[in-house]
Amino acid sequence: MASQGPGEPLKLEITLHEMRGDVEKVQQLVAAALQERGYDADAMFAIRLCLEEALVNGFRHGNRFQPGLVVRFWATIDGDGATFEVEDEGEGFDPAGVPDPTAEENLEIPSGRGVMLMRAYMSEVEYLGAGNRMRMVFRRKKA
Amino acid sequence: MSQAPITISTDGGVTTVAFTERSIIDEVMIQQIGQALLKLVDSQPSLKMALSFAGVDHMSSAALGVLITVNSRVKARNGQLRLCNIAKPIFEIFKITKLDKLFQTHETLEQAVKSLA
Repeated sequence: MASQGPGEPLKLEITLHEMRGDVEKVQQLVAAALQERGYDADAMFAIRLCLEEALVNGFRHGNRFQPGLVVRFWATIDGDGATFEVEDEGEGFDPAGVPDPTAEENLEIPSGRGVMLMRAYMSEVEYLGAGNRMRMVFRRKKA
Repeated sequence: MSQAPITISTDGGVTTVAFTERSIIDEVMIQQIGQALLKLVDSQPSLKMALSFAGVDHMSSAALGVLITVNSRVKARNGQLRLCNIAKPIFEIFKITKLDKLFQTHETLEQAVKSLA
């Protein structure tokens, strides 16, 4: 893990071993970095939500909560935006295979909304390799 | 988490449920909320329930899943569910996922309770 002053990009590299405590640690580090760089409440909300979805997906759907498996996280945050990558140790998945949760017939299905929320709030979301690594970019709106 | 994640009160045939935490993102807490709400729904047929989001400023898709499950159970038991006091950023999540079409929402608890009368 490395950190620099507010004028420089912050780069983070964190290995998460257990979901709750480690996700919260990541959230706190990222929130502090965003705050230092003057991100507004809407941006902070969006990023917190997307990090939660991405990291929890890694533990739940990727690693299937298997003990010993980790989730890896990378972040680069500067004044213009933030890039996050999350990798789990699962087999990966095809995001195109997730049914549209907003379709009338799927509205009452209780799962499958995390990916669509990340796509809605982030500027870019892409799945890499076998689908067990994802990259999302938040571009800050110009004032 | 030191306190129960929801409070439950009943007045005039309407059960009001409120969240005690600002963030509904902790997996364990979300499961607890789901179990408590399902138990409540199962405790009486035709339950009229107003669920207040006052003070809630973060929520995950897992929490949405629990709400959907609870809503289905309420409907199966001929009950009625209303959501209210949802802060703008949280309501945006409902709109993005089109769940604002599935749930009946009201700006205030009073309006939600009135709609259940």
